[in-house]
Amino acid sequence: MKANPHGVLTGTHFIDGDHACCEGALAAGARFAAGYPITPSTEVVERFAARVPTVGGTFIQMEDELAASIALQGAVWGGAKAFTVTSGPGFSLMMEHIGYAAMTETPCVFVDVQRGGPSTGLPTLPAQADMMQARWGSHGDYEIIALCPNSPQECFDLTIQAFNMAEEFRVPVMFMMDEVVGHMTEKVVIPPADEIEVTPRKHTTKSIEEYLPYGTNGDLVPEMAHAGEGYNFHVTGLTHDERGYPNMTPQTQDKLVRRLQNKVRNAADRICLIEEDHLSDADVVVVSYGITSRVAQRAIDMGRDRGVNVGKLRLITAWPFPEKKIAELASRVKAFVVPELNLGQMVREVERSAAAKAKTFSVPHAGGGVHNPEEILNAIVEASRC
Amino acid sequence: MLNVLNDDTVNPVEPFLRTDRMPHIWCPGCGIGTTVNSFARALIESKIDLQSLALVSGIGCTGRVAGYVKLDSFHTTHGRAIPFATGLKLANPKLNVVVYSGDGDLSAIGGNHLIHAARRNIDVKVICVNNLIYAMTGGQTAPTTPGHATTSTNPYGTFEPAFNLPHLVEAAGAVYVARWTTFHVRQLSRSISEAFQKKGFSFIEVISPCPTLYQRRNKMGDGLDTMKYYKEKSKVKNGAPTSEVGLTLNGEIAVGKFVDRDRPDYQSMMRAQYHESLGERYIEEPETECVCG
Amino acid sequence: MAKGRISIVVERCKACGFCVEFCPTHVLALSSAFNSKGYHPPHVVHPEKCSGCDLCGMYCPDFAIYGTKAPEVKKGNDEKPAGGKQ
Repeated sequence: MKANPHGVLTGTHFIDGDHACCEGALAAGARFAAGYPITPSTEVVERFAARVPTVGGTFIQMEDELAASIALQGAVWGGAKAFTVTSGPGFSLMMEHIGYAAMTETPCVFVDVQRGGPSTGLPTLPAQADMMQARWGSHGDYEIIALCPNSPQECFDLTIQAFNMAEEFRVPVMFMMDEVVGHMTEKVVIPPADEIEVTPRKHTTKSIEEYLPYGTNGDLVPEMAHAGEGYNFHVTGLTHDERGYPNMTPQTQDKLVRRLQNKVRNAADRICLIEEDHLSDADVVVVSYGITSRVAQRAIDMGRDRGVNVGKLRLITAWPFPEKKIAELASRVKAFVVPELNLGQMVREVERSAAAKAKTFSVPHAGGGVHNPEEILNAIVEASRC
Repeated sequence: MLNVLNDDTVNPVEPFLRTDRMPHIWCPGCGIGTTVNSFARALIESKIDLQSLALVSGIGCTGRVAGYVKLDSFHTTHGRAIPFATGLKLANPKLNVVVYSGDGDLSAIGGNHLIHAARRNIDVKVICVNNLIYAMTGGQTAPTTPGHATTSTNPYGTFEPAFNLPHLVEAAGAVYVARWTTFHVRQLSRSISEAFQKKGFSFIEVISPCPTLYQRRNKMGDGLDTMKYYKEKSKVKNGAPTSEVGLTLNGEIAVGKFVDRDRPDYQSMMRAQYHESLGERYIEEPETECVCG
Repeated sequence: MAKGRISIVVERCKACGFCVEFCPTHVLALSSAFNSKGYHPPHVVHPEKCSGCDLCGMYCPDFAIYGTKAPEVKKGNDEKPAGGKQ
């Protein structure tokens, strides 16, 4: 469906990534946010707090991230599209509830504006060291979707995608920004509402007698109902059957977690958004995401100027990881170069997917700043010689 | 499965139960089921529109109530029923939201949320079944376990002071605070009905037996012995100062309605503030067309 | 003439004894029969004393028993009254 014009601030803006993310959420139809202040994410909800009362929604600053991360889920079951924003320490606190959202199939968005860690780390400086945590941070087997914008414009556009994917697959979506993308100010164009596609909630049309809260018809994503509509459904974090009732047996567990996994993995081709360039003749492929992809672009251009056949693969979707694409490239390129603002996280996925058919060079950075293009260029040149 | 001697009459609680899940898992002599009877009768008595009712629970024996009631029910994470309920209520203010959870869930891991929701006067009704222990996990000390009791994590006896829950929530701002025991089935039902008439944060503590763990470890007999104990030890003290209603291992159990006051609930305050600051620009009703289309 | 009557859901009972104890007119006692879980459910020993107050139902933690008021009985008819709706 088209975006509701109430939430769409059509026009050309000069705003930072945090602000653009808020506008993306509003354009996507988010009318509830629960947050807790944490640098460098706070501006997202500060703007939401200012905007949402004039659009028809609620912001509540909760007493901690534990509360925020579940209050938003209560709001979803009450009928709203909802999200929260945080950074590393808060992301860690929210992990239990990310798992709860995955288990109960609550569509929602968690924005992590990554900063230096671990622990309190570097509150005002960037890192990309929560990438594995985004995928594996909560306990148990579950799938999430993670998107990585690399500009304020993408903070707007991809936030809408995040909400759309959350609704389509009924998963919590991790929106993995970083402090630079969040705090850099660039031109952001917000189109008219009728040019914005928004995915509606997969609300059931079945009668109260027929409706099964966690029953599926082959597409693996159950239909949802909201509290107050008379369905008398039960939602629990315990392993449950199609009625939503706790059913703690190995058989039910197997069926449930495999479905939770497959509903995302089977659609990986659709979910894995990538940006590619110069891959057809590439000897070396630079795999990057977020702010690092902007620096990497410079390094790639410098590399091509020097005659290295270097191509670009930008991860817009980090999870599910585009394994097939990497595996296909690995059979025809010499090496991958993976610069990240961490000591090597997504590079492990590249390595795994390449299965030793091509070499993988990590270009780590402990965080607190961004790479120099030369660092990445050096790795590109070295990779091209192998 | 149903083996009714007699006929076509119906237990008043029956329409509220997920009968396909009976019998429930609570132990013989556990009082949680008894509280559900009082709850059901309060629902009938207050003529609440059941479609508007949502029940949220946390983790623990009492948390299992959500799975047994035939309402829109949410079995959430440990300690977080109240913030979930807050989000639910704010997204759909027409819902009547009940939080039904245990003493450990609400006052230990959930303590922070308890006091903030009371402070904000969020319009939810909290039924706190207090069996003075962490029952589901095997009988560990709770913040409500009285001093000198034996638990699995205080095998030599507890020595920490216990929370006086009515006092805590009154101080935090609750507008309705009552305590009963599972012996006081009618009074409990009446309190729940009264809470439904109030707007704001209502807290009803129900002292309940845990014969398998608390009572057994402290040699206090079984569920029936405990019910007789409640009958003997409880004293109705409506309006008593909450500072004086703390519980001890063998002392008096003060019951009654302790607090019944009025102050604007969170939503009213929020709306008033926005109306004042934003005037016509404020849109009061949550916009819902942007969700399902 | 009994003013009330008891219905018992034998399979739900866990023999906690609340209903027996708190019935104001001592209508019930635990029986020697047992259900499939091995519990001795209550049985009605003094039906004529039942007032239909439903305290047993309010106390029962297992939703296994309840009392209802008997409908008005026609003169001369001592039989169990025809099914009444509550």
